[in-house]
Amino acid sequence: MIPQPAPVSPILGKLSLDALPLHEPIVVATFAVVALGGIGLFAALTYFRLWGYLWKEWFTSVDHKKIGIMYMILGLVMFLRGFADAIMIRSQQALGFGGSDGYLNSHHFDQVFTAHGVIMIFFVAMPFVTGLMNYVVPLQIGARDVSFPFLNNFSFWMTVGGAVLVMASLFIGEFARTGWLAYPPLSGLAYSPDVGVDYYIWSLQVAGVGTTLSGVNLIATIVKLRAPGMSLMKMPVFTWTALVTNILIVAVFPVLTVVLALLGLDRVFHTNFFTNDFGGSPMLYVNLIWIWGHPEVYILVLPIFGVFSEVVSTFCSKRLFGYSSMVYATCVIGILSYIVWLHHFFTMGSGASVNSFFGISTMVISIPTGAKLFNWLFTMYKGRIRYTLPMMWTVAFMLTFVIGGMTGVMMAVPAADFVLHNSVFLIAHFHNVIIGGVVWGVFAAINYWWPKAFGFKLNEFWGKVSFWMWVPGFWVAFTPLYMLGLMGVTRRMRVFDASFDPLRIYYWIALLGAFMIAAGIGAMLIQIGVSIWKREELKDESGDPWNGRTLEWATSSPPPEYNFAFTPKIHEIDAWADMKAKGVARPTEGFRDIYMPQGTWAGITLAGLATLCGFALIWQVWWLAIASFVGVVATAIAHTFNYNRTFYIKADHVAEVEAARTAQLAALEKGAA
Amino acid sequence: MADHSHGHDASAFHATTKDYVIGFALSVILTAIPFWLVMSGAIADKQTTGMIIIAFAAVQIVVHMIYFLHMSGKIEGGWNLMAMLFTILLVGIVLSGTVWVMYHLNANMMPVKMDGMG
Repeated sequence: MIPQPAPVSPILGKLSLDALPLHEPIVVATFAVVALGGIGLFAALTYFRLWGYLWKEWFTSVDHKKIGIMYMILGLVMFLRGFADAIMIRSQQALGFGGSDGYLNSHHFDQVFTAHGVIMIFFVAMPFVTGLMNYVVPLQIGARDVSFPFLNNFSFWMTVGGAVLVMASLFIGEFARTGWLAYPPLSGLAYSPDVGVDYYIWSLQVAGVGTTLSGVNLIATIVKLRAPGMSLMKMPVFTWTALVTNILIVAVFPVLTVVLALLGLDRVFHTNFFTNDFGGSPMLYVNLIWIWGHPEVYILVLPIFGVFSEVVSTFCSKRLFGYSSMVYATCVIGILSYIVWLHHFFTMGSGASVNSFFGISTMVISIPTGAKLFNWLFTMYKGRIRYTLPMMWTVAFMLTFVIGGMTGVMMAVPAADFVLHNSVFLIAHFHNVIIGGVVWGVFAAINYWWPKAFGFKLNEFWGKVSFWMWVPGFWVAFTPLYMLGLMGVTRRMRVFDASFDPLRIYYWIALLGAFMIAAGIGAMLIQIGVSIWKREELKDESGDPWNGRTLEWATSSPPPEYNFAFTPKIHEIDAWADMKAKGVARPTEGFRDIYMPQGTWAGITLAGLATLCGFALIWQVWWLAIASFVGVVATAIAHTFNYNRTFYIKADHVAEVEAARTAQLAALEKGAA
Repeated sequence: MADHSHGHDASAFHATTKDYVIGFALSVILTAIPFWLVMSGAIADKQTTGMIIIAFAAVQIVVHMIYFLHMSGKIEGGWNLMAMLFTILLVGIVLSGTVWVMYHLNANMMPVKMDGMG
């Protein structure tokens, strides 16, 4: 079939007034709310004259700590969007019974479940994980910033650019209706002639540049900027997992880029890489995208394993049990994650030998993961466990993740997978590991490192409310899906015919669970709000509120711009615990000028132009695409002439900041005595 | 970052003209021989010729990596070489795995008559 291209205007491309979804009342209402909120925010920022502050101190900042925080904010905002999609899916499926059409038409519903998956993986989990690594890694290794501070700022804004394109698709045109990996031939031009898939392709391409570059940046940082004495086997476990994760990122994101580029060529230039006809192979797309997709799962979860390692060892006040086995397990998972991808498509027809190989390799990967769990358990064994919020999330993770892992091993049996493939059992499984692993790990991390970032702890009460809504809520939401999946219900269903009526109750229970999770998210937002409100009461002046063990706790909270006045010398794993045990004194004199990178406008400008280029390519506004691309190149060249990239923090200023810190610590000690 | 801009790393590599000349000469030789093989048709069997050319190409890659990209276990404390080996491992997994998977998929497909697309 040769698709007939729609007429493309030389000026506006495919853009026209029809692109606005005015016929969809739900979208129009959402737009109204978003527009009002946006105008309100804009007005407030203008009224309080915050634009200059934001631009100077945040948007153009190359400070890894500020960029890390901005990543977390991006993740949180997109999390709310992604969760709104989740609630829509759950309520549509609860309503679409007994002849009812529910409240979402198929055009809309298909976009919702696609957007939910894309947003949650690329614009929630990835920014959260990258944000944590950005904030914590340089502090943990005693560095003053990442290796390439400008690149870091640029990477962040490219990720934002991708998110902006996804959000724009809500109101201008439509998003893909293909599921989150956009398998052809459905995502090909013949079956998806609208711009939905183009939004998908270009938002991921723009964000992918950011992700890859930030991977390069963090690898260079960890390899090159460790404090003297910190050999690889003395690095904190979180830094280790960050290293392996970033190696995975650099190795596999190019595969995603290439696959999406080929799909784009198929769609725009009518090539036949993944078409049904003319020698194309849609199966090759599935194969290639999972070569990226499986390591991606480990990219998300490995740093989270690092978080749990830090949390367990801190709140049990012990060195992590089996540090070196933890490191080796991480590396082994890193390698093995490359040889399991076919388990995502056992049913595509590879035959017994291929399927058995990938089935067994999938089961093998659960061994190092199991080793990690035992290490955490043995660390807790006979430890004096302090059940703070991060520790609670960790225990919830351990219980939940083990069950998710076991259902994963079930599906690793190819014969069983033929029954469970594409069912809601699969949905329950991967939410089990991603929510129970990544999301809760991020919550543990936020509760754990918040005092470091802002100088006050998060409110315990609302944190516990959130915890007790989330954890049971998760099980109420997903246990019914496990059961439905075993009964054979497939995923992505919009309406159910009469024969499904007895199963309706399962969907209502799942919806109840989703509302419990919504309450958990609400409680978390209240927790953050209350904590900011009562920040004086929750203040932490020590810089080390949990009696931590790694270097980030050696700094004040929040750390000064330069992190460490003197680069610390490392003698042991858990460097800060070692320094505390030996009573190493803080240096109070002999400060020198500190050489620091300067903020720059270039990152946000480049990313803005790249996003515009992506938007133009989506709508095939060729002149704009060319113009903005030339703009990207010109800006990048212009930026190379900017020699004003570094500055010195004067020794006097460092001495002042450090003296204030000394006084603060002295006052604390006096208060304690 | 900036703090590390002072001086050169002890392990930093400085390429010599001699290295480039050797690399260039080897590349020329390794290109000329396959070219001659094809043009003269010295070996009648085309498949053998193809295999030999691929072997030369593989050697050529190694020459480029040593003389132009300066791969060696000594530079950057071995990080360069390790990154290279890791890349080769991954590319190997991806390529061989894909060929294996796609071959099996193809073998298990229902026979389709494809005109000239074989």
